[in-house]
Amino acid sequence: MKTILFIEDEATLQKTFGKTLEEEGFKVIPALDGDIGLKLANPPAGGKKPDLILLDLILPRRNGFEVLKEIKGDEETKDIPIIVLTNLETMDNVDRAIELGATTYLVKANYSLREVITKVKQVLGE
Amino acid sequence: MKAKNFLQQFNIFKQCKKYGLPLWECPQFLFVIMGIVIIITAISTYLIGTRYLDNPETVALITLGLAMVLFIISFIINKSLEMLAEASRMKSEFVRIVSHQLRAPLTNLKWSIEMMISEGLENVREKQLLDFIRTLKENSNRMEELVNNLLIVSRMEKDGIHEKKENTDLEKIVNQFVSESKAFADSSNIQLKLDCQKNLPTVFIDPSKIKLVIENFIDNAIRYTKKRGIVEIKLRKYKNNICFEVKDEGVGIPKEDQKYIFQKFFRARNVLKYQTHGSGLGLFIAKSVIDKMGGKIGFESKEEKGSTFWFKIPIR
Repeated sequence: MKTILFIEDEATLQKTFGKTLEEEGFKVIPALDGDIGLKLANPPAGGKKPDLILLDLILPRRNGFEVLKEIKGDEETKDIPIIVLTNLETMDNVDRAIELGATTYLVKANYSLREVITKVKQVLGE
Repeated sequence: MKAKNFLQQFNIFKQCKKYGLPLWECPQFLFVIMGIVIIITAISTYLIGTRYLDNPETVALITLGLAMVLFIISFIINKSLEMLAEASRMKSEFVRIVSHQLRAPLTNLKWSIEMMISEGLENVREKQLLDFIRTLKENSNRMEELVNNLLIVSRMEKDGIHEKKENTDLEKIVNQFVSESKAFADSSNIQLKLDCQKNLPTVFIDPSKIKLVIENFIDNAIRYTKKRGIVEIKLRKYKNNICFEVKDEGVGIPKEDQKYIFQKFFRARNVLKYQTHGSGLGLFIAKSVIDKMGGKIGFESKEEKGSTFWFKIPIR
């Protein structure tokens, strides 16, 4: 079973989208802020790293760009694909996220749940 | 058509109207004035210089005076350009706030509805339905709050603040709002301590407007106090003023952000780390309301220690 780390501060989205992902056969690890997300991306020895990270940009404690930079700058976690899932739509945010190593950038409001699931499966090669 | 468009560029009044600025704050108009002053300066310097060649001190003094005028005009131009830059920043902030703060609850609603439909409404259990209704309520409230704040600001800027003044019992309003906020405070592990002086005189103000300010102060104090803490609310008469104060043990405001705190759409950097929801309009509205009432508003704050926000309004 593939594991997805879902870093998102909206409890409603954690519930709805997390549940939908589980129904699709994924194991979902929720993180409600950037600090927790970063810790869960690289668990201590013996812990399993996620196969994919879904990352919001506006997050408490540490914003999405900081989290992205840290994960991509760490040898242990740099190969984990990251889908940025946010409502920030400006081109400079898209460019910055891609430059920092995000696999793809999705604007939540422009996608349905089904479409995001399809993207997740695409990135995971399913 | 092209010639007409070209000529329109020289229509200063139209250009100034486009920016919504009065003539004396409009860069185009001020540039023309500055041009005229420069020409006059050059001619007068030449004329004065040739006439008073034997008295160079007079020439120097007059040139200095004219240079001062030019300096003042360029200062005004600079200020008006700053205002335009500020307006541009506000516009970007507005787009950012609306795109994120309005879209976040909209996405919550959209995806929740989609999930309910995909599961089949007939299979939905009672608890799931209650959760779903709660989600609808919370998210529509968030959108309503943001839209209301934007409308208040828009009306304030367009038509000013219209007050429906009446004799207002502030003690009653504060008591009412504190009891309404109790559930929110309890759920955030915060104790509300109210200290109201008895038999305060009424003030002749618009109660609906002062409620916005009181609500904003108490709401912020609860929202930005992390873990547990005490929020102290005081209402007092001091000299010829009624003073209201809310003290919290919250995240505080960084020193470098303090001068911007009453600006429209401004949110302190540390606050974004704790609370990603918020429009940055509440304190701007509060200041506008208190200014209109002839009062004063202010705060003291230390990062990581807490803040005390206060206002005082005159008893007439």
